[in-house]
Amino acid sequence: MGLRSYIIRRFLLIIPTLIGVTLLIFFVIQLFTPEQRAMLYIRDPRQIADIDDIIRIYNLNAPLHIQYFIWMSELLSGNLGFSHTAHTTVVNALIQRFPATIELVMFAIPLTIVIGVYLGVISATHKDKIVDHITRSVSIIGWSLPSFWLGIVLIAIFFGGFGVFPPERLSISVQRYVTSTEFIRYTRINTIDGLLNGNLWVVLDALQHLVLPTVTLTAISIALIVRVMRSSMLEALNKGYITMARAKGLARKEVVNKHARRNALIPVVTLSGLLAASFLNGVVITETVFNINGVGRFGVNAALNFDIPAVLGFALFSGVLFIVANLLVDIAYAYIDPRIRLG
Amino acid sequence: MSIKHRLREFKAGMEPSIKETKFMLGRIKQSPLSVFGIAIILFYIGIAILAPLLAPPTLKDPYMIPRERFYPTPQPPSEKHPFGTTEDQLDIFYGTIWGTRIAFWVGLWVVAASLAIGLVVGCIAGYYGGIIDELLMRFTDIIIAFPSLVLAIAIVAALGKSLDNVLLALVLVGWPGYTRLIRGEILKAKQDDYVEAAKAIGASDFRTLFRHIIPNTIYPVVIVASLDIGAIVLTAAALSFLGLGSPSGYADWGQLITISQNWIYGSSQNPWEYWYTFIIPGIFIFTFVLGWNLLGDAFRDILDPTLRRR
Repeated sequence: MGLRSYIIRRFLLIIPTLIGVTLLIFFVIQLFTPEQRAMLYIRDPRQIADIDDIIRIYNLNAPLHIQYFIWMSELLSGNLGFSHTAHTTVVNALIQRFPATIELVMFAIPLTIVIGVYLGVISATHKDKIVDHITRSVSIIGWSLPSFWLGIVLIAIFFGGFGVFPPERLSISVQRYVTSTEFIRYTRINTIDGLLNGNLWVVLDALQHLVLPTVTLTAISIALIVRVMRSSMLEALNKGYITMARAKGLARKEVVNKHARRNALIPVVTLSGLLAASFLNGVVITETVFNINGVGRFGVNAALNFDIPAVLGFALFSGVLFIVANLLVDIAYAYIDPRIRLG
Repeated sequence: MSIKHRLREFKAGMEPSIKETKFMLGRIKQSPLSVFGIAIILFYIGIAILAPLLAPPTLKDPYMIPRERFYPTPQPPSEKHPFGTTEDQLDIFYGTIWGTRIAFWVGLWVVAASLAIGLVVGCIAGYYGGIIDELLMRFTDIIIAFPSLVLAIAIVAALGKSLDNVLLALVLVGWPGYTRLIRGEILKAKQDDYVEAAKAIGASDFRTLFRHIIPNTIYPVVIVASLDIGAIVLTAAALSFLGLGSPSGYADWGQLITISQNWIYGSSQNPWEYWYTFIIPGIFIFTFVLGWNLLGDAFRDILDPTLRRR
C-alpha cells in the first residue's frame, strides 16, 4: 500500500470516529432537560422568551434518533448555540480563544517531547545508575503533582516572590498596545504577531508570561514519555542489531543515537493519543490557574455558570481537536516508518 | 462431602494464589520505593481511621470544617490551629485530616463502581463476542480516547456541581478502561482447558463465567484498578479546584486550595506570608498520590509477564 492510499484510508477512518464523538456528546446532552437543551439553538439572548416554541420547533421532546439528526444538522450548518458567558455564539467564542491555547501548547509540546525523550534515553543507557534513579524519581514526582497546585506554587515563588514570569498572556501596557490600531493581529498568537509586526518588545513580554504555564504543562505530561522511552530504549539496547553494531566497531554514541534511539521512538508514537489527551486536560487546568483566556478556561467558566451550549461546544471542539492531532501524528509516522503503512 | 475434605480442597485451590502473594511480597521487599509507597498509604489509612481523634468534629456533619470568628486574612499556624486557617477561618488542619477520608472515599468508590460496570460489560463483550462485542468495544474506544477531564467537566456541568456528581462523572469516564482489561482477560481464559472442561460437563454460561473464569482472571485486574486510586483522587481534586466539586467549607483538599488561591501573593513585607494556606493541602494531595504511584510502579513491573522470572 502506498503512502497516498494509506492517507486516504486514514482520512476515511475519521468519519466513524467523528460520529462516535458526536454520539458521546449527544449522550451528555441528554442529561439536560429540554428547556436547557433549547438554549443550544438560541442565537440571540432575546429569543429566550420563545423557549417553548424552540422546544416545539426543534422537537426537543421527540424520540432520540430524530433529535440526534436535528442536532447534527444544526452542527453541520455551524451552529453550536449562543454562549451567555462569552456574549457571542459558541463558534465565535471558540475561534477567538483558540490562538491563546495554541500559543501555550506550541511551546509545551516540543519541549515535552524533546526533554522526555532525552531523559528516557539517558535513563536507559545509565540503567540503575544514579542518573537513572534521579530521572525516574523526578518523573514519578511530576506524575503525582497536582498540576493546579504546581502552577500556584510556581506563581507564588516566581511572580509573588521575585516579580518575574507573571501570569496572564501580556502585561497591561503591552496588552493595550497589542489591541490598538498600530499593531496588526494576524494570528492573535502574540509571539508570532510580535515577530510579524517586527516588535520584539511584544515577543519578549509574551514569552515571559509563557514561562510558568509552559513549565506546568510540560511537567504534567513528561512522565508519560520518560517512562515509555526508557523501557522501549532498554528493549532496543538488548536487540541483536545493537550487539552487531557494537561488534563491527561503531562508537557507542553512534549506536545509541542512530540505531537504538530511532527504533525505540516508535512505541512513543503510540503514546501520541494519550499525550494529546494529557495536553488537553493540562490546558484546562493551566489556563485556569494562569488566567489565560483560552479554550480550556472558557469551558471551565461555562461549566461553572451553567452555559450549556458553551460546555458542549467546548467538549465537541476538544474531541475534534483530539482526532485531528491523532490523524496528523499517524500520517507523519506513516511517512517516517514504512512498516506502519505497509503493515 | 465432609468438611475436612472441603477444607483440604479449598487449601489446594488457594495454593497458587498464596504462592503468587508470596512472590509479590518478595518482589515488593526488594524495591525500597514501593515500600516507601506502602508506608505513605498506611500513614494515610491511619489518619483516615483516627480522624475523629485527631480533629474532633464540632458540627453535625463532620465533613464540614468548623468556622470561627471573623478575621479578614488567613491566620498563621498556632497551637489551636496547627496548620493555620483560611480566609474564612476554616481550620486547615481539620480540613486536611477529614479530607483524607474524603480522598479514600472518592478513590475507593470510583474504583469499585467503575470495576463493577467494567466487569459486567467486559464479561458480556468478551464471553459472547460477535456484534455485541464489536459495538461495546467501539463505544469504550471513544470514551477512552476522549480527554477525560474535558468529558468529566461536561458531565458535571450537566448533572450539577457537587461531589457526588464528580464521583459519577469519574465513574462514567473510568469504566471503559476496566471493561477492556476484563474483556482481554476473559478472551484469554476462554481458550483455557478448564473452561472447555466446565462447558463439556454442561455448566451454564453463567456458572462458567462466575464460578470458573472470573475467579481465575479478576485478581490482576483488581490490583491494577485499586492502584488507580491515586490518579482518581488527583482528577477529583482538579475538578474540586475548578469549582465543580464539593461546596465551600467542605473538608476536601482541592477545595482548600481553591479557597487559598487569593492569598498566593502574601503581603508587601512578606510575599510568602500565607504559604500555609496552599502549601499544606497541596502536600497532602501530592504525597497521597505519590504513595499510590510508587506502589503502582512496582506492581506494574511485578505483573508484567516479560519482566518476571521464577
